[in-house]
Amino acid sequence: MSALLSDQVRRWSRDDTVRTWARLAPALVLVGVLFGGAVWSASSRSLGVGAIGSPGPSLDAYRRLLGDPEFWPSVALTTHVAVTSTLLSVALGVGAALLLRRVHFGRRSLTTLFQFNLPIPHVIGAVAILLLLGQSGFISRLTAGLGWTAAPADFPALLYDPYAVGVIVQYVWKEVPFVGIVALAILRAAGDDLETAAATLGASAWQRFRFVTLPVLLPGVLSTAIIVFAFSFGTFEVPLLLGASYPAVLPVLAHQRYTDVDLANRPEAMALAVVVTLIVIVVVLVGAALARRAVRRAGA
Amino acid sequence: MSMLWTRTPTPRSTIGSPPVAPSSPEAGRQPAPPATPTGRLGPAAADGEGGDRGGTDHSGTDHSGTDRGGTDHSGTDHSGTDRGGAGTTVAAAALVGLLLLPFLPLVLASLSQGYFHPQLLPETWSLRAWRLVLAPGAGTWVALRDSLVVAAGVTLVSLVVAVPAGRVLGTRSFRGRRAVEVVLLLPVLVPGIAVAIGLHVTFLRLGLAGTLPGVVLVHLVPATPYVVLLSAGVFANADLGLEDQARTLGANRRQVAWSVTRPLVAPGLAVAALFGFLVSWGQYATTLVVGGGRVVTLPILLFASAAGGDTAVTAATALVHALPAVALLVATARILGRDVPTLGGAR
Repeated sequence: MSALLSDQVRRWSRDDTVRTWARLAPALVLVGVLFGGAVWSASSRSLGVGAIGSPGPSLDAYRRLLGDPEFWPSVALTTHVAVTSTLLSVALGVGAALLLRRVHFGRRSLTTLFQFNLPIPHVIGAVAILLLLGQSGFISRLTAGLGWTAAPADFPALLYDPYAVGVIVQYVWKEVPFVGIVALAILRAAGDDLETAAATLGASAWQRFRFVTLPVLLPGVLSTAIIVFAFSFGTFEVPLLLGASYPAVLPVLAHQRYTDVDLANRPEAMALAVVVTLIVIVVVLVGAALARRAVRRAGA
Repeated sequence: MSMLWTRTPTPRSTIGSPPVAPSSPEAGRQPAPPATPTGRLGPAAADGEGGDRGGTDHSGTDHSGTDRGGTDHSGTDHSGTDRGGAGTTVAAAALVGLLLLPFLPLVLASLSQGYFHPQLLPETWSLRAWRLVLAPGAGTWVALRDSLVVAAGVTLVSLVVAVPAGRVLGTRSFRGRRAVEVVLLLPVLVPGIAVAIGLHVTFLRLGLAGTLPGVVLVHLVPATPYVVLLSAGVFANADLGLEDQARTLGANRRQVAWSVTRPLVAPGLAVAALFGFLVSWGQYATTLVVGGGRVVTLPILLFASAAGGDTAVTAATALVHALPAVALLVATARILGRDVPTLGGAR
């Protein structure tokens, strides 16, 4: 019996499929249990399952959420922050990559310095932007020194403002190097043979960019854009420090409802967590599908 | 939060693999057989030409500068990416300066006393904030310790599970691979606050809320996928055929692992580990919820200070928090610089 069993085990261990999954298992189980557990717990609690004295599954929390006067403004603000941050980061990041690639003198040190923000945690970025863009911040002092503004109040309110300018600036500041480094890596891997060939054939600078460089960049840059969107959509500490208090972005709203003294708001917090998770998943999957189609169409 | 892994062997990789660049255009054109350096690791990956030296398969990124002077007699610029002159350098320097600008007020504020509008430079320079922040018994030290302990735990656990998984993902194609990549990507992309709220109640019940192990566990959600996917890139670009050669020559399993595989992948895995560390190092929302105010890491301390504290102390705390991250990035760049072939695949 045991001989039979060990024989079976030996056969398995030679089996490639078994070996593959056995090696993946620790990572998948760890992530699956923690992430899956979080999603499961939030969803079941948002449906009122497991709560003390709960009559059973219900959509009450979602109904309350949709009736919450802050919910839709919060959706709009979060989308605005994520979309604007993504578009600006991608445009500026790609631009930065194209610029850095052309640098001849000091390219190496400039590229290294360009990456400086990558490891900097968001809280630090938020504090730095606070000291930079606040009405009595560094830029405001510069404009005062130049005589453009007389008092802090003359400087435009870029923090705690309805358009979340400070939050977006922080995100762009942090993500431009990310997009830029990805774009640089792609460009470098591709080399510039094709561009040179296009130039030889008489393509203008714009034509070279549109028909050669852009198709090369597109797949990687679109994936990066999806990632930047997800990051800026899930932002928490940055708007908490630099954003207006009403409406709050969805992650901040979820935390407010979760830590509310009124525990009755907890299911709504769970519902918010579920909604935020679903939005990100849908955007990522749909975005990836669209990106693939765009790449095919670009004839890359 | 932001740097991805390298090429994986299957050309159609997933959604979120930017440098992987479902590499249709590049792959066909790269003459070099083994690893096309389609995508490289985040930082230092693209630092100028440095890494390319010694690479034989590089299709001339660096040639155009010389080409122009030499072969191009027609007077028009036929180089696809003509190298700019001093103007380009100035523009790039301005861009980099703009990105570094936010650190300036941070440094100035940390060295000041009563640094008010409209002073551009502090009227009174002072080390007061630094003395407070670095005083023995200051909260900074506890926060630094907790941050280090948590990040070290996260790094260790994620690396242990990432090495076997990364090897499989980096070297094999199998059914379900795409699903695995999606399962690994979602936790990175789903907002941390949602994950933390979901886990918190369960952690309360298990006694993990408000503890260092609880915080390590919640940090593992975003950190592990990074380390796994970066490790996959490392294995994808390592010349593991050498293992077979060693085996043919009679090396046993342990000898192969220690003398062949380890030197091939160690630098890359070190970088992967550093990223795991950095992901944990920057976590705020997850620590706030699961730590419940009892685990005070540097981000928590910094935020509390920023939300209602002494600006100079906040600035100094921010710099203390930033320093290890920057040091790690420099270390990463050096590892990559020394051992580019492993990661860049430019063998």
